Amino acid sequence: MKKYLSFFRLRFTMGLQYRAAAFAGIVTQFAWGFMEIMVFRAFYHADAAAFPMSFSATASYLWLQQAFLAFFAAWMMENEIFDSIVNGNIAYELCRPINIYNMWYSRSIANRLSRAVLRCFPILIVAAFLPQPYGIETPASLLHFILFLITLALGLAVTVSFCMMIYMLTFFTISPQGLRMGFTSTVEFFAGAVIPLPFFPEKIQKILELLPFASMQNVALRIYSGSMGNSEMQKAILLQVFWLIAVTIAGKLLCRLAEKRITVQGG
Amino acid sequence: MKKIYRSIRLYTHYVSINIRSMMQYKTSFFLTAIGQFLVSFTAFLGMFFMFERFSNVEGFTYSEVLLCFSIMLLDFSLAETFARGFDTFSDMVRHGEFDRVLVRPQNEIIQVLGSKFELTRIGRMIQSIAMFAYGISKSQIAWNFPKILTVVFMLIGGTAVFSALFVIYASLCFFTLDGLEFINVFTDGAREFGKYPIGIYGEKMLRFATFFIPYALIQYYPLLYVLGHRSDTILIFLPLLACWFLIPALLLWKFGVRHYKSSGS
Repeated sequence: MKKYLSFFRLRFTMGLQYRAAAFAGIVTQFAWGFMEIMVFRAFYHADAAAFPMSFSATASYLWLQQAFLAFFAAWMMENEIFDSIVNGNIAYELCRPINIYNMWYSRSIANRLSRAVLRCFPILIVAAFLPQPYGIETPASLLHFILFLITLALGLAVTVSFCMMIYMLTFFTISPQGLRMGFTSTVEFFAGAVIPLPFFPEKIQKILELLPFASMQNVALRIYSGSMGNSEMQKAILLQVFWLIAVTIAGKLLCRLAEKRITVQGG
Repeated sequence: MKKIYRSIRLYTHYVSINIRSMMQYKTSFFLTAIGQFLVSFTAFLGMFFMFERFSNVEGFTYSEVLLCFSIMLLDFSLAETFARGFDTFSDMVRHGEFDRVLVRPQNEIIQVLGSKFELTRIGRMIQSIAMFAYGISKSQIAWNFPKILTVVFMLIGGTAVFSALFVIYASLCFFTLDGLEFINVFTDGAREFGKYPIGIYGEKMLRFATFFIPYALIQYYPLLYVLGHRSDTILIFLPLLACWFLIPALLLWKFGVRHYKSSGS
């Protein structure tokens, strides 16, 4: 455990060094969030009654989504890992007395966490000062806020577990390109990054909520503004835990399988 | 005249080299094309489900917005196909490859343009053409010659504006050596948010998109004409006017080239 913690610390402090990149990211994400809100505002003007959640809850959802983009963005996978599988550097990692699954897991979490830590506060602070209903509201209650933090962490873990599966599958396909693009667009869409899940037609939403993708950003961002009922929250959190365990076990099995039949790609 | 002819021949030669080299990796080509398709297809699905819930947005119906989206997407993919060399220019600067471009006795713009020809964007183009066809069949537009002409102008103007943005992005690399992520807001962002007519973003955004970066000239105003919401003839030619945006872009480029300092690698 200690070695994985130090991997985590190493990556985390490394990630904190990229401050200029973070600044550019903040400006971009702020502009992005602003435009998203304008789109939803236009739809709200068209038919306020058809809105599945209150407008300020939607605005909070969108701001949180931008602030914690680094937690959930499927396309922010680690190029280094893909490269090491493709060019054969993986051989060095396999020589070490460590479990590659755990090592990559801790470093992915560290990378995403360091990016989010640098970016989330400026976005959240500016969003908090925007005029209502366009800014971010205060959490629905203290309980909601605590649950938000817990589900945020669970969502991050599910996202990383899922990315781990993709890394492991790359051992079998060698070229990560196709897999990666298919995975990215599927996750973005089904997780509620394109439009929040409540905006899907009800029947489709019911199905989507059971999928592992809904256990990523969807739960935390909706709990924050209190747009989920108590029983709904319970179900969603249980599903998150279930998917976290299931996806992690699947990934670990794949990892073991990959390690057995690994071919190092020269280089 | 002869010079122009020579440049065109050189460019087509570059394109054919690019295509031939891409065809050496056919699987990778098709997978990337499919991936490109998927990325914008989810954007379409998102819009589809929004319109399942809402019948219109600021007076624009689903089929009308689809037309708008498809034209913008086609503009963007065309610009990306041709001007990809500028989009990935930061690599060229960082690896010092631009030095090689400068010592050749040819115009550097042609060389950068020719350095990449992204045929993989065909995935997006096919999607936008399909959406366009679907949008036309669903909407009740009485097509006539001026309207068809407007659409053609929109494609020309739109490709010009997006290409100009790529050129600006590349020119800034002369000073920063690295691509500025922020510019993505104006390219990827315009593709993403330009799927809705700019008018829905309010008066201020419309003014910005008219006078600063002329998105509205290639999208909103001519669209109003095509959809029959307005009938002023001037709207037909606005997209061509938007090509003025290439001028500051190219000036910035010239300025950047003059100030180019090799990265040394």
